[in-house]
Amino acid sequence: MGNIIVLVEHRRGEIRDITFEMLMKGKKLSESTGRPLNAILFGNNVGGMAEQLRSRAKRVVLIEDQKLENFNSETYQQALRNVIEGEKPFLLLIGHTAFGMDLAPSLAALLNAPLATDCIDVMVEDNRIKAIRQPYGGKVNVEVCLKPAEQSMVTVRPASFSVEEYSLDGEIIRVSSPVTGESASKRFVEYVEAAAGELDITQAPILVSVGRGIKGPENIPVVQELADSLGAVLSCSRPVVDKKWLPKDRQVGTSGKTVKPKVYIAIGISGAFQHAAGMKGSGTIIAINRDSKAPIFNIAQYGIVGDLFKIVPALKGKIKEAFG
Amino acid sequence: MEIIVCIKRVPETADADIVIDKTGRDIEREGLVFDINEWDNYAVEEAILLKEKYGGSVTVISLGPEEANETLRKALAMGAYKAIRLTDPAFQDSDGYAIARILSRAIGPLPYDLILTGVQTEDDGYGQVGPTLAEILQIPHASIVNKIEAIENGRARVHRELEGGLDEVVDLELPAVLTIQSGINEPRYVSIMGIRRVAKIEIKVLDLHELSMKPDEAGEPGSMTVVERVFFPPTGEGAQILEGTADEIADKVISILKEKGGVA
Ligand SMILES: Cc1cc2nc3c(=O)[nH]c(=O)nc-3n(C[C@H](O)[C@H](O)[C@H](O)COP(=O)(O)OP(=O)(O)OC[C@H]3O[C@@H](n4cnc5c(N)ncnc54)[C@H](O)[C@@H]3O)c2cc1C
Ligand SMILES: Nc1ncnc2c1ncn2[C@@H]1O[C@H](COP(=O)(O)O)[C@@H](O)[C@H]1O
Repeated sequence: MGNIIVLVEHRRGEIRDITFEMLMKGKKLSESTGRPLNAILFGNNVGGMAEQLRSRAKRVVLIEDQKLENFNSETYQQALRNVIEGEKPFLLLIGHTAFGMDLAPSLAALLNAPLATDCIDVMVEDNRIKAIRQPYGGKVNVEVCLKPAEQSMVTVRPASFSVEEYSLDGEIIRVSSPVTGESASKRFVEYVEAAAGELDITQAPILVSVGRGIKGPENIPVVQELADSLGAVLSCSRPVVDKKWLPKDRQVGTSGKTVKPKVYIAIGISGAFQHAAGMKGSGTIIAINRDSKAPIFNIAQYGIVGDLFKIVPALKGKIKEAFG
Repeated sequence: MEIIVCIKRVPETADADIVIDKTGRDIEREGLVFDINEWDNYAVEEAILLKEKYGGSVTVISLGPEEANETLRKALAMGAYKAIRLTDPAFQDSDGYAIARILSRAIGPLPYDLILTGVQTEDDGYGQVGPTLAEILQIPHASIVNKIEAIENGRARVHRELEGGLDEVVDLELPAVLTIQSGINEPRYVSIMGIRRVAKIEIKVLDLHELSMKPDEAGEPGSMTVVERVFFPPTGEGAQILEGTADEIADKVISILKEKGGVA
């Protein structure tokens, strides 16, 4: 019977959260299907990580090789292809992250394995794998069924599964590296850190955050004035930075900053998961959006449905009166 | 340098009411406004910037209905040289894998040094088609590219965007597929005049047969995943919606701010 396998994601010496989230889901699937759960760990000098993972999976397959030190989808693909021949996974879970997005689609094509990407849930019913995806910016859920196959793959959206306490006494299985040569067609060169911005939005107790709903740079003062009236800092979603309406150091989300202010006011932001991941931990979230179905209302505690260009000025006026 | 850009016409749904259609397996498209996929707009601009720097030409390809011609013309107006549209009833219900396979059949015979796609589509959001296409064509790829540093000696040095503001620099052998991240450039604006100017350029249309494909290589038979049902996400607890006049709502927000934000 094929295994359930979680591909461990780590970067610069740290196991990434997505790994533990996938192991949590993998454990539940393993219990409901009776299929063993294995973690596969590739890297260089990552014995410590294997020890750490031993409490979260029954078997940790460890492959160490200097050529696996930094992520390279081609080297990983070569290594995985070999390991998988022995492991015969029924289901391989990989994160829908910068790492998994570079690896999973081409690996699936190579293995001729069905793949469902960016899934928020995975089910196994009568040996059929089903998954829930969330297309259209999170406005609908779609249940997909993977074609029956010996091995299948699912990439998992970060923060889809909450990690519970449990502790296993798993074994570490060392496998010699199947990587023969360095990939010549794709080479890892280096990491480049983002330039430190002028402003640190992570320190602000109150954030007024603006999204594409603001329409254009000429309207930024509308929200800036609201922020000023509250002594808050102005942050934003990614499109606002992409369009150069605000600088990069203001961006909240997976590719920006993770913030946890006491109050986060999201204005004209739909609540895509990459944005939500960066602000879900805020104390209180207030969302202003004219679309009552916007996903942001599922994570906010308070919502105002309406046109921001009417609501924000009214709010600003009252606040000036109240706190002026 | 010959550059191919894959572009998709997608419905704008961030601000629209979505209705699930009668089949329960798709959304109603009637009444939605369509445009070029946001990420693809950045990819077209990047291709044109590369052409301006290194010479060569840009070809845009879209798999889609006749209306996708508008999207292709927009790219032509931005500076693409040739446009190809792939269409066939058999392409209906293709998943990310099947779309990549169909695109690969159209691209295979063409000359190319670089293929650009968007990181993801606004509708399906697979984030899958670019790297899958690369594997089928047996060429390298880099996804989530936010900077093309240099192209020289048959190689490209590009930045991949990782989480939290970190980039990874990779060096690739050409030809290669790059999936382009939003914000990499500032896409040029196309005027109605600009679109009019390219109205006469012929868009080459290819169907299943012309791509030498069999019906079971596309659509649902050629896909790895099948949609079972579409439904609205459970709202959970959801937000408490503040109602009333603008003034009343403002008063409520102020009391929340006092209580939770410590604003005095
Ligand atoms: C690899 C990757 C990384 C990413 N990283 C990030 C990230 O770090 N941060 C991030 O934010 N995004 C990120 N994204 C992008 C993300 O997927 C979404 O595209 C983005 O968050 C959408 O931003 P938005 O909500 O401002 O825009 P939209 O989704 O377009 O939403 C605009 C909202 O404004 C509302 N609106 C419009 N007009 C009004 C009005 N007059 N009054 C009230 N409401 C109005 C609309 O109803 C809509 O809900 C990333 C994407 C990828 C692929
Ligand atoms: N129907 C299509 N026609 C042309 N290109 C497409 C199509 N679907 C997807 N693509 C390309 O693949 C990218 C990623 O799409 P996806 O895998 O659906 O997120 C898009 O940004 C496009 O560049």
